[in-house]
Amino acid sequence: MKKTSRRDFIKISTLGVGGLTMLNPVLNWVPGFMPKEKTPVDESKAKRFPTFCEVCFWKCAGFTYLNDEGNIQKIVGNDDDPHSNGRFCPRGTGGVGLYYDNDRLKEPLMRVVENGKSVFKPVTWEKALDFIADKMKIIAKKHGPESMALLYHASSGSYFHHMLEAYGTANAAKPSYAQCLGPREAAFVATFGAGLSSPEPTDVKNTKCLVLIGNHVGENMHNGYVQEVSDAIDRGASIITVDPRFSTIASKSKFWLPIKPATDIALLLSWIHVLIYEELYDKKYVEQYAFGFEELKLHVKNYTPEWAYTQTDIRPEDIRNSAYEMAKASPAVIIHPGRHTTWYGDDTQRLRAMAILNALLGSYGRKGGFYFPESKKVPEYPSPAYPHPKWTWKDITKPTYKGAGTGLANDLIKASLPNSESPYKIKGWFVVGTNLLTTVPDKSITLKAIQNLELMVVVDTMPMEITGYADIVLPECTYLERYDDIRSNQHRYPNIALRMPAAEPRWQSKPGWWIAREIGVRLGLQDYFKWTNVEEELDWKFKQMGTSLEEMQKIGVKVYEKHKPLYLADGEEYFFNTNTGKIELYSIDLEEKGYDAMPRYTEHKQPDDQFYRLIYGRAPMHTFGRTVNSPHLSDLMSENTLWVNPSVAKIWDLHNEQYIWLKNQDSVISSFPIKVRITERIRHDSVYMVHGFGKTNDKLSRSYGKGIDDTELITNVKIDPIMGGTGMRENFVTFVTKNPHQKEQNA
Amino acid sequence: MRYAMAMDTKKCVGCSDCVVACQTENNVPHGFCRDWIVENVDGTYPNLEMEIRSERCNQCEDTPCVRTCPTGASHIIEGGIVKVTHVECIGCGACIQACPYDARYFHPDGYVDKCTFCDHRVSKGQDTACVAVCPTKCLYFGDLHDENSPVSKILRERKWKVNAPEAGTKPQVYFLI
Ligand code: SF4
Ligand code: SF4
Ligand code: SF4
Repeated sequence: MKKTSRRDFIKISTLGVGGLTMLNPVLNWVPGFMPKEKTPVDESKAKRFPTFCEVCFWKCAGFTYLNDEGNIQKIVGNDDDPHSNGRFCPRGTGGVGLYYDNDRLKEPLMRVVENGKSVFKPVTWEKALDFIADKMKIIAKKHGPESMALLYHASSGSYFHHMLEAYGTANAAKPSYAQCLGPREAAFVATFGAGLSSPEPTDVKNTKCLVLIGNHVGENMHNGYVQEVSDAIDRGASIITVDPRFSTIASKSKFWLPIKPATDIALLLSWIHVLIYEELYDKKYVEQYAFGFEELKLHVKNYTPEWAYTQTDIRPEDIRNSAYEMAKASPAVIIHPGRHTTWYGDDTQRLRAMAILNALLGSYGRKGGFYFPESKKVPEYPSPAYPHPKWTWKDITKPTYKGAGTGLANDLIKASLPNSESPYKIKGWFVVGTNLLTTVPDKSITLKAIQNLELMVVVDTMPMEITGYADIVLPECTYLERYDDIRSNQHRYPNIALRMPAAEPRWQSKPGWWIAREIGVRLGLQDYFKWTNVEEELDWKFKQMGTSLEEMQKIGVKVYEKHKPLYLADGEEYFFNTNTGKIELYSIDLEEKGYDAMPRYTEHKQPDDQFYRLIYGRAPMHTFGRTVNSPHLSDLMSENTLWVNPSVAKIWDLHNEQYIWLKNQDSVISSFPIKVRITERIRHDSVYMVHGFGKTNDKLSRSYGKGIDDTELITNVKIDPIMGGTGMRENFVTFVTKNPHQKEQNA
Repeated sequence: MRYAMAMDTKKCVGCSDCVVACQTENNVPHGFCRDWIVENVDGTYPNLEMEIRSERCNQCEDTPCVRTCPTGASHIIEGGIVKVTHVECIGCGACIQACPYDARYFHPDGYVDKCTFCDHRVSKGQDTACVAVCPTKCLYFGDLHDENSPVSKILRERKWKVNAPEAGTKPQVYFLI
């Protein structure tokens, strides 16, 4: 008999206790049950509750409207909100589907062994929380509280963060850093002395020229950004898009540069070359604010457009003309930093080259370039100081990745491996609102680490794959059913927003703040949770900020006065938080840490014969795996497709709509097939798919087995030596047209 | 009064927000839609062009759908909006056949349904749900008889086309090019 490992994947039963007892609002959406001529909501009379969207990090504020039956009907943007300007993106508009999804987690589940088999047993909240607190006490005694780690993404993560810091650990990481925007943060810190954060302070609506390096705005629906790109188009701004794929935004660009993948740094360096050697850079700005110009000039001497052509497939005249276009617009030009930047391992350096271009064009701190954002500080509710942990993620990560700005999810996972030689060992995880198996490559490492944990708690709204490996699964209610901490993100004007529930939590799900508090209290940390209800905590905070919970429940968003200007004044003295106090074209900090002070080009591997580079991206109606099961959004796109160039399709005799499997360079074969989409919009050496599909948990009834999960095929991970990010774009796939899993099934 | 819509193909990103907003506004059942996205790609790599359109019933001036309706369920209301009175509709589908734009669908409750230009909203001075939500603000709505309406203004400023003019229905949804 096959030995069951301690942490076999367990499928979560869809039939929860009390599952169908609630008013069952879903019926309103089921064909046939709908009352005829159901009248639309009258917004002037309907009940509405302020919220901010949780479908992506942009956190747009709006109102949840109830219909005449008192059920959630729709979500509409708040006109006062600078993140949404009253308009949600499709994912936010379809956010109601996350609430109505009957596949949601319904009750706390505990892993137990029955007849030699691991199964999940529904347990009461009491029992689940007691179990967690008891285990945490044991872990603290045995290994120290530092050996607990938080891996999170959801808004409610802040309450878990607070609870765990009070318990004694500062080990926390969001995959959005090392698997996404980390390189650009590290690069901007090295160049301008400050990261960019979210939403990034790009002055898109005032720009004259927007340069996108693989950034597919419009397919990523980062709301305010998309809105401002549209404003910029209206105002006649030119767009330069560098992408091996004819993306939506490429189709709206003055220049589309169909680059050979993995050669971006060559293009960027040649642009720098043109700007410097044709003296097109902003001389006054560079002289006043920049450090290391002469070194840079020498460094890029040989990076001519003619040389870059040999690497990138982009014609020298196109390189020059696009550089002239930027120079013409300077300083109202943005080389957009993008978000998902963990591609090839030298990502911080690629982003450094982009930062340097911005500096040469004088766009940082200038109208139409980057503005100086401002945010409102949210006061901490009075509680004792946190205990000092004996060690933190910094001890694990910083000796190797000296430029890491936060904990790395991949590094905390590695520190959880059984053979970890480091003295800093992780023994327990809180996984809050992040499906680690599809966010962090390589999945096999994560699975190994999981086997070695003494406690694994997963808090989520959906039976994501990661829940199947937990000791305890805690069902969190959706953002439409809960309060959360105050949203206070940077923007042109400081502003705050409230999220409040528009409905009771369905089934037995509970808000994150409640879960974190209950665990905290059980750990004897009640001094850190002196409030009993989150409304009390929020009201106290709001009152320090010149408003109140009551007022915020009406207005949802409050915008404050600004204290500092958006842009540099002409010739203004400005101190950049770098070693030299200047914009570092030549980075002293990187040099001191033992890295290249200026970005260098290295050739990356190109696909072998019969293999194609796997490129993944986004569709506007989905936030990866988080939305693919949503009743509303899966309607719009229920599976991903594989974009294949017609010339490739011809060689392989592929036809549209045909289902095929993919095999990568390490012979990993996709679990499921994917539909072929033959299109001119993709280069001949690459294939493309939208990330987030191919769910392997069959309890996700709308998304199970639909399409391919690209993460499965990302087994070659190129780690960024500076900040430790996981480069994922050096994976190559080939086509398998016959079902490779058939044999196993028959055997 | 003559309601019309203009959509800017230069700004639309095909995000489908207009489709979802219509569904949650008008209780469109799952699997159906009153508006939809069309994407046309031309050329070969790397000389490519793409046009994205958000389409819906054109609220035509000459309406084969209304003409063929045997019960009078399909009718025209104030401002030229073409509507279906659900209780009068027998679901014969003649209008679906007659519409050159495939703008109508069988509602699972047994009647034909279509875009109403959100008459319940526009009659109160609000924008249609799709216009109100569109993140790129590429949809313009209003009364063509009012020269200051957003749609009148943008049609004066920009080049435009309509879908399948040869069908002769005088469509009132304009595409800015
Ligand atoms: S951009 Fe869309 S998904 Fe993200 S927060 Fe805003 S409405 Fe929600
Ligand atoms: S919401 Fe606007 S941008 Fe999105 S598809 Fe519809 S018309 Fe286009
Ligand atoms: S688009 Fe079709 S349904 Fe709409 S008015 Fe014209 S013919 Fe009738």
